[in-house]
Amino acid sequence: MLHTFVAYVEDLPGVLTRVASLFRRLNININSLTVGRSERVGLSRLTLVCEASSEAGNRIRASLFKLENVVDVDDIAKDPAVTRELALIKVAATPSNRSQIFDLVEVFRARIVDLTSESLMIEMTGVESKIEGLIEVLREDEGRILEICRSGKMTMRRGRHISSVLKAMGAAPDEVAEPDADAAETVEEIIPTEPE
Amino acid sequence: MGTIDQTLAANAHLITPTRLTGAEIVWATLVGEGVKDVFGYPGGAILPVYDALRKFPIHHVLVRHEQGASHMADGYARASGKVGVAIATSGPGATNLVTGVATAMLDSIPIVCITGNVSSKILGTDAFQEVDITGITLPVTKHNFLVNRAEDIAPAIRSAFQIAVSGRPGPVLVDITKDAQQGTAIFDFAAAKPRPYRPHPMLRVEDSGLAQAAELIRNAKRPIILAGHGVSESGAMEQVRTLAERAQIPVALTLLGLGNFPASHPLNMGMMGMHGEAWVNHAIQEADLLIACGMRFDDRVTGSTSTYSLKSKKIHIEVDPAEVNKNIKIDVALIGDLREVLEQLLPRVSSRDGADWIKTIETSKGAVAVRDIKNLPDSGHLYAAHVIHDIWRITGGNAIVVTDVGQHQMWEAQYFHHEHPRSLITSGGLGTMGFALPAAIGAKFACPGKEVWVVAGDGGFQMTAAELSTIVQEAIKINIAIINNGFLGMVRQWQQFFYESNYEATPLVSPDFVKLADAHGIAGRAVHTRAEVVDAVAEARSAPGTFLLNFLVEKEESVYPMIPAGSALHEMIRRPVKDPLVESPDDK
Repeated sequence: MLHTFVAYVEDLPGVLTRVASLFRRLNININSLTVGRSERVGLSRLTLVCEASSEAGNRIRASLFKLENVVDVDDIAKDPAVTRELALIKVAATPSNRSQIFDLVEVFRARIVDLTSESLMIEMTGVESKIEGLIEVLREDEGRILEICRSGKMTMRRGRHISSVLKAMGAAPDEVAEPDADAAETVEEIIPTEPE
Repeated sequence: MGTIDQTLAANAHLITPTRLTGAEIVWATLVGEGVKDVFGYPGGAILPVYDALRKFPIHHVLVRHEQGASHMADGYARASGKVGVAIATSGPGATNLVTGVATAMLDSIPIVCITGNVSSKILGTDAFQEVDITGITLPVTKHNFLVNRAEDIAPAIRSAFQIAVSGRPGPVLVDITKDAQQGTAIFDFAAAKPRPYRPHPMLRVEDSGLAQAAELIRNAKRPIILAGHGVSESGAMEQVRTLAERAQIPVALTLLGLGNFPASHPLNMGMMGMHGEAWVNHAIQEADLLIACGMRFDDRVTGSTSTYSLKSKKIHIEVDPAEVNKNIKIDVALIGDLREVLEQLLPRVSSRDGADWIKTIETSKGAVAVRDIKNLPDSGHLYAAHVIHDIWRITGGNAIVVTDVGQHQMWEAQYFHHEHPRSLITSGGLGTMGFALPAAIGAKFACPGKEVWVVAGDGGFQMTAAELSTIVQEAIKINIAIINNGFLGMVRQWQQFFYESNYEATPLVSPDFVKLADAHGIAGRAVHTRAEVVDAVAEARSAPGTFLLNFLVEKEESVYPMIPAGSALHEMIRRPVKDPLVESPDDK
């Protein structure tokens, strides 16, 4: 099954190697990996997508937690979440055939972010399938796509959700205090699930 | 060790923040962590640290190869329960440590390795003796640090000690660049204290789990406790014993669990697994409940996992969540420190009658007891089993035995009956040949008052025999028993069983070990017959210094019983009937 691990890791040299090394050791290919700053000072948030059995998923999560620099890990493939990917696509386009691409961009709700006499750059955000769809359509005309740059998946659970680990750490320094909303609050219980 | 002046000065540094060089901070921090002995080998990139040693009350043991340093630190940690420390220089010094680091990793042993590295300005330039040791050791350490500023040394070393001993213990490496050693910083021991230990977030012991476990124990007809290394790591010997005695549950031990439940205890069945007692493995296959305490269902313990103990429910009490449901599917997982979990579980366990099941197991020992090793007539042959059994009898089982890896290791496990935790020191997970001699030196430094025996094969002994010089330089007393059969015996046994006796690369020419010892200034004696064994062991024990016994044993003897790798636990290769030696002793 496809696993999506979301982890908070310390923002230090070598941390990414430690995380990646765990997958390398298991000979698991990482489908996508994004890393960036999180809401917490000194902690980066990464989203890592890989294919592994459901038993392996639980062990990987437990093993990630064993890394000293990993603060929190969540495997959210099964949970309601919003997933997005950003793509920059450069295509060959001359003034004579630009309008056709403009139409495509319009249909896919993408944006043109750069335009020259020979090429233009499309920025697109969305789920993986939508990006794949645009790329596929652009590919119908051979040699049109010059470059593709994709960010990999970024994922966030829906609803108000705080893992027990982050909860124990207290509010992020720059987190704005909210009034007690009755909004669906799901405080995660970390349960070592049994293999299915 | 160390003079009073050194001690006073070092203690003063711990209380009053002082400006020191990075090299001095290394030692000052080690003093603060309670370190008395370190095992190491100097070199260019660690020289500032060695230069500063004279100011500190720490005894440095000069090894002959850095692998020896990491094994000594390991032996020190296994014998004492405290952190062992190894020091090496950059490049080859650091890479030579790696086998010992991996050995400690696989057996969850807390050691801290400190390596020098080239100056931070030339890191990554392939400078002389530069190697990426934090990269190399990443998969075989719990954690490692690359430190390139003097002010980061104390916090890194203090964190290393905390990480090494916390949760599931393991090795930590701190790599310090030369300029960090030469630079200065304010040494503030208290301020360098690591952040509070963060328990693994997946630790989980619930009331419902405890209730389920208690219910399973109450209703079990054929329960077995599987006790592993975690019992001593957690200090849960009493709790395991209470559980076994109260609920009358027989106990089977892993190799690293030997000693964690007294061998003489009526509920102790013996060792499980590949070379475990036949009745233990049969009992595990027949059991209806396994209570796994601080063990990880290693493949040497389970045989084929698809046929492992299919009739039983499994309770797993384990500190590492990544071990639960890894090899064997668990019914009730109690993930936490073994002693704490058992203390919560025990009030829910009441006494029960286990007589029928115990009697069934006792009966299954059957004919073996009749062929008791000590009742066998002297056939004129010398068997390793006799040698080890005699060492056990003569020492009263009170020695620390440090084994190498191979046949002699399994015979030690079968014929030396360990009563106390930390009395058997052996490389179980990694199976590192060459482990015994250096690990025994470490164990002797940890327990100077204890009798220490090395039991090694002729193959493994030669891998680290250079450490004989270390023994002489340090003037320590260890007794060395070489089980010399002229073969790499365990490999030969596999070749016999599984490769049509094609003895490729296993016959072994060795030096005269007694002369080798003599060249080092160590006394020794060769033993050819069973009649000489008792006297030879006594001579070694009474000798003032280290003594080497070269036991020239039967060449093509095999360890029985044996589960071929990947076979079911009950599919054991048994000793051929015509073979004179017993299969397993029952020497109560």
